[in-house]
Amino acid sequence: MAWVLQKWIFMEIICDSIPPGGGGVGFRMVTVAGPPTSGKTSVLRHVLRHLTRGGWRIGVAKFDCLSTDDAQAFLADGIQAIQGLSGGLCPDHFYAGNLPEVMDWGTRRGFDLLVVESAGLCNRCAPHVRDQLAICVLDHLGGVKLPRKVGPMLRRADVVVLTRGDLVSQAEREVFAIHVKRFAPGALVVPVNGLTGQGSPELAGVVKELARPARSVSDSRLRFSMPQAVCSFCLGETSLDRDHQAGNLRRMEIAT
Amino acid sequence: MTNLETLEILPGRDREGQAESFGSIRLEAGDCLAVVGPTGSGKSRLLADIEWAADGDTPSGRRILWDGAALSPRQRIEGSVGRVAQISQTMNFLMDLTVREFLRFHAQAHGLEDSGLEEEAYGESQKLTGEGFSPDARLPGLSGGQSRALMIADVAILGAAPVVLVDELENAGVDRRAAMALLAGRGRMVLLATHDPAMALSCPRRLVMGRGGVRGILEPDPDEGLARGELDRIQERIELWRSALRSGERLRVHPGLD
Repeated sequence: MAWVLQKWIFMEIICDSIPPGGGGVGFRMVTVAGPPTSGKTSVLRHVLRHLTRGGWRIGVAKFDCLSTDDAQAFLADGIQAIQGLSGGLCPDHFYAGNLPEVMDWGTRRGFDLLVVESAGLCNRCAPHVRDQLAICVLDHLGGVKLPRKVGPMLRRADVVVLTRGDLVSQAEREVFAIHVKRFAPGALVVPVNGLTGQGSPELAGVVKELARPARSVSDSRLRFSMPQAVCSFCLGETSLDRDHQAGNLRRMEIAT
Repeated sequence: MTNLETLEILPGRDREGQAESFGSIRLEAGDCLAVVGPTGSGKSRLLADIEWAADGDTPSGRRILWDGAALSPRQRIEGSVGRVAQISQTMNFLMDLTVREFLRFHAQAHGLEDSGLEEEAYGESQKLTGEGFSPDARLPGLSGGQSRALMIADVAILGAAPVVLVDELENAGVDRRAAMALLAGRGRMVLLATHDPAMALSCPRRLVMGRGGVRGILEPDPDEGLARGELDRIQERIELWRSALRSGERLRVHPGLD
């Protein structure tokens, strides 16, 4: 498909300024985040089909908490894919701790584009990496209050993809978009239908234009810090007894 | 409502690469254009071209001009929600609000509260459906027809978008012709994908789609004027029977003989 975006000047509009050079890992990188079942994988499969048709070599790394078979879906599309399950670990730390390994994999395989998809990070965190294209996927069925409840995954995103818009009223779509704009004022908002793929050629064009060459692992930083909450529960504590609690805790103030 | 004087569709090509033969199709505020053709004929692509403000770069190669010009790339990617409203059979209200609260909620989002438009939208919704509902009714409790009536009145009165795409409202249980008249009467440009003869004939022009392209543009002729009268009579009868059914009466081909 002749999607001519070269003339477009998105970068000046939304991306952080990017110093020339970089670490030369050899691929462009994009992080894709969003609440579970928001449609990330369905949207990505459509978008990546357009990009592979355009000759791009693509690898996908999928991070999830408890179970996933999404890597199989990508493999079925002829796209190289790996997956990691955080299991008993904090999913955010599991993600950040393993991203260097994933990036090394991307270099070894010689990808043009490395897609890092993460589900199940808590809303306190975001997987987005500085200077790398950051996409957040939100589902209209989450309701118009959803944008307020999703934290830096949305607020630090460059592109916000809205799914399942065909299932809600026009009024709810309009209000949802207004709320997204309130929390991510600079982001591009792109509606995509994950089932039919409508909107995916347009999103593929955006990715093609905005995904930047990734920096080396040692030069890469998260856009948003992970929580500092090292507490007894992180270490496996299950007792609710106050005497067993230790570390970084904050008490709610509850009126009598 | 966002201001828009004209919308123009410039020809592209069908699925086999054949150029479409029309010069351009121009819509003005209050225009209604029906889009007909079998499933897979390209109706959805045409509506998508308008939704995405195609600029020669979609599979159809069509261009859409807004007040005579193509939109900027950024407007194209992200402006569609405020530019083009959509109404289809699959849409639902998710919010658990009353009708009154819902209309207030939408009005507030556009800074239109206390403008009287909320009451107007409610009033218009009542004219579109045979089953009236209270402004204090909750959205999840509305029937399919009531929901559709409210959605259409809301888009017509409170919506931001000057262009409205309507996809297959065949069995919606709303007065579809009144719905089209309301949308057009409020200065919206309506594109209507339909298999329903009464709806198609209610538009002054209809595009005939096939193999992914526009095959022709028809305007109703005098014979179709007669057909329209016939359809009105059939519709009237269906409405009578529907309300008889609702109120527990028997359906009669010759009323008054019981």
